[in-house]
Amino acid sequence: MKWLHKDLLDVSQLSKSEVMSIFETAGRFQELQERPVKKVPTLKGRSVILFFAEPSTRTKTSFDVAGKRLSADTFSLAKSSSSLTKGETLKDTALTLQAMAPDAIVIRHWCSGAARFLANRLDCAIINAGDGRHAHPTQALLDSFTLHQEWGDLAGKTILILGDIAHSRVARSNVILLNKLGAKVRLCAPRTLLPHGVKHWPVKVYSDLNEASKGVDAVMCLRLQLERQKDGLLPDLREYSRTFGLGQRHIDLANPDVKIMHPGPMNRGVEIASDLADCADSLVLDQVSSGVVTRMALLFLYMTRKGEE
Amino acid sequence: MAKIDLIVRRAKLDGKEVDIFVSKGKIVEVKKSAETIDAGDAKVEEAFGLTVMASMTDVHVHLREPGFEYKEDVESGLRAAAWGGFSNILCMANTKPVNDDDSVTKLMLEQARKFWPKGPRLFPIGALTKGLKGEELAPMAELAEAGCAAFSNDGVPVKSTELFRRAMEYASDWDKVVIDHCEDPYMGVAAGVNEGVVSSRLGLPAQPDMAEALQVARDVLLAEYLELPIHLAHISCRKSLDLIRFAKERGVKVTAETAPHYLVLTEDYLENEATEYDTNAKVNPPLRTLDDQNAMLEGLNDGTIDCLATDHAPHAAHEKETEFDVAPCGITGLDTALSVTWQLVKDGKLKKEAFTRAWTTAPCEIFKLPVNTFQPGDPADFFLFDEAEEWTVEPQALHSKGKNTPLLGTTLKGRVKTHFIQGKKIV
Ligand SMILES: [Zn+2]
Repeated sequence: MKWLHKDLLDVSQLSKSEVMSIFETAGRFQELQERPVKKVPTLKGRSVILFFAEPSTRTKTSFDVAGKRLSADTFSLAKSSSSLTKGETLKDTALTLQAMAPDAIVIRHWCSGAARFLANRLDCAIINAGDGRHAHPTQALLDSFTLHQEWGDLAGKTILILGDIAHSRVARSNVILLNKLGAKVRLCAPRTLLPHGVKHWPVKVYSDLNEASKGVDAVMCLRLQLERQKDGLLPDLREYSRTFGLGQRHIDLANPDVKIMHPGPMNRGVEIASDLADCADSLVLDQVSSGVVTRMALLFLYMTRKGEE
Repeated sequence: MAKIDLIVRRAKLDGKEVDIFVSKGKIVEVKKSAETIDAGDAKVEEAFGLTVMASMTDVHVHLREPGFEYKEDVESGLRAAAWGGFSNILCMANTKPVNDDDSVTKLMLEQARKFWPKGPRLFPIGALTKGLKGEELAPMAELAEAGCAAFSNDGVPVKSTELFRRAMEYASDWDKVVIDHCEDPYMGVAAGVNEGVVSSRLGLPAQPDMAEALQVARDVLLAEYLELPIHLAHISCRKSLDLIRFAKERGVKVTAETAPHYLVLTEDYLENEATEYDTNAKVNPPLRTLDDQNAMLEGLNDGTIDCLATDHAPHAAHEKETEFDVAPCGITGLDTALSVTWQLVKDGKLKKEAFTRAWTTAPCEIFKLPVNTFQPGDPADFFLFDEAEEWTVEPQALHSKGKNTPLLGTTLKGRVKTHFIQGKKIV
C-alpha cells in the first residue's frame, strides 16, 4: 500500500484502516522476531536520527532496535550529551539535522508541539516519540497493538486509564486511538491530575478507583512523576497509592480476564502494586516487544512511503 | 477668521464629501465640498476618493527602547503608529532599564522628538513600582514631571494587593490614572494559552479566564473603596466584562480596553491544522473562546469597554520561532489595528460610534490627551484612508520591526495614504 503521511505527529492523523495496516505490518515483523536471525535488509542504506531532547532510555532503545532490525543506520543525538544542541535553538538544531540528510527523525522533546515544529520545517519523515504533554503516538499504537494481539478487535472493550492524565501524552494519544478503534475509555485520577477540558473528551471520568475498575477489560496505569507533590497537586505518595494505586482488590472487580498494562518505567508500590506488574495477566513485557515491532512497522511505512521499497 | 494654511479637498467624512480647513494646526471649519475654492496660499491636499478619519490613540504599546532595540525602537514604533493611523501613543515601562527613573522617560521622549518631531506624540507610562518588582513605589512625582502620562506595572502585575492599593493612592496625588494588567499572580501565569478544550488537547500549560477576572474584581473593589479611577488593560473575557459592567452600574470610576486580536481570533486558531502551536498567537492574556470574543464586541458596542488598544508587543523572529513553551507572549498590532477593526465596522459587528469612541474620544478623555472630533479648535490630527485598498500582511508590509502576528499571510482591506498631525503631514 502507498503510505500517504509524511510525518507521524499524533494518532489523530490516522484513519482506522491506516491503523489496521500498521498492525498488519507489525504483525508480519512479529513473526520475524521469532526467527533466529531477526534482521532484514528492508531499510538498508537509509538513516534515522534519534533526537532525544528529553532523556528516555526505553523509547530510544526501542527505536534503535527497530531501526537496526530493518538494517537502517541509526544515529543518536541526546540533548544533554551533545554539543550540537547546547544553547542552540530548536530551529538551528532542526536545520543542522536536515543538513545531515536523514530519511527520518525520531524526536522526543519536553515541549508540546516540538514534533510539529520540526515537521513544518524539514523534508524528511518526523516521528513523534513524545512531545511535552501533547502526544505519544507510537506508545498508543503499541498499546493498542498489544491488545489487538490478545483480543483481535478492540471494539466494545472497556479500558481504564489510571493516573496522572493531565501531564500525560500517553493518555492523550491513547484516548484518541482507543476511541477510534471502538473501545470505551474510562479515566480515573484525582481532579488535580485531570486536564480542565476533560469534560469534552470522549471518556467517562471517575474519582473512585473501585467504581472505575468494575467490569473493565484492561487497565493502563500511568507513571506518576514524583514532583507532582511539590507542585501542590498531591499531598503525598502514601495517600496517592492508597487511593489511586492499582491493587488486587481492583482487579477482583474487573473482568476476570482483565489485562494490566504500564508504559514504564514503573514506580512499583505507587501507581501499581508490585505483584500485579508481574502477574499472569500483566502485558507489561508484551508491550515492550510490541514496541519494537510497531516501531519497525512505522519506520518501514514512513521511510518507504514514496513507493520505492 | 484665522489664516488658512491647509485645505483638504473632497475627503469623505461619515459618508459625505467635505473640505477641511486648517489653520496653525487646528481645525477651523469642515464643510460640504465646494465645486471650486480659492485656496489663497494655503496648501491643498486633494483627497477625492479617500476617507478622512480622526487620528487614533493607542494607550497600550511596547516600544522596547531602551534595552530591546532589536525588537523595536522608538523610531520604528512611531513609524508603525504613523502609518497605522495613530497620533497618540502610550508606551509601557517594561524596558531595560525599566522606566522607573526620569532619565529613561526623558530618553524615550528625546528619541521621539529626534525621529518624529511632528508626531505621532509619545506619552511614556511610568513604572508603578521600582523595577516593576512590586516591592516599592516608583518615584511617580519625578516621572510625572518628566512626562509620564500614567502608571502601570504592565507585564509584571503587582502581587500584593496592599502595595497595589498604596500605589493607586500615591498615583492619585499626581493626578495620574493607574493601568492594571489583570492577571492572578499564581494561576497559569503568562501561559499565553486559554485553559479549556484546546489547551487540554494540545497539552499546554494554560491560564483560566477567571485568573483575569479575579484581578478585575480586586481592582474594581479597590477603585470603589478608594474612590479613585482605574484603567484595566487588555480585557479578554466575558467574566471580566460582567464585573466591569457591575462596577460601572455602581458608579465605580473604572475604564477598560480590549485589543483587536481578541475581536477576530479565538483559541481555536492554535488547533487549526495549519497554525497548530503557532507561537505568533501566544499572547497574554490569551486568545479565548468565541463567547468571549462576542462579549468583547458587545462590551465595545454598549460602552462597557471604553477603549481599543493594540497591546503592540513586538518580538524578534528568532524569539518566536521556537518551542511554544519557550516563546515570549505578544502580538504586534500598530500596523494592522485600523484595517482589522474598520472591517468589523463594515461587517456590522462593531458600531461606527463605538469604533470612533474606542480609538479616539474615550482614551483621550481618560488620559487627558489632545483629540480631534472635527470641531473648530480641535487639533488637526487626521489621516486619509483608502478603504478599498487590499494588502497582504507580510513581514515587509509591516513598518514595525516586530513581525509577530497571527495575521501574517491574511489579506486586509484599507490603508492609510497620508497622515496629518496638527496640520503637518507626517507620512
Ligand atoms: Zn499586559
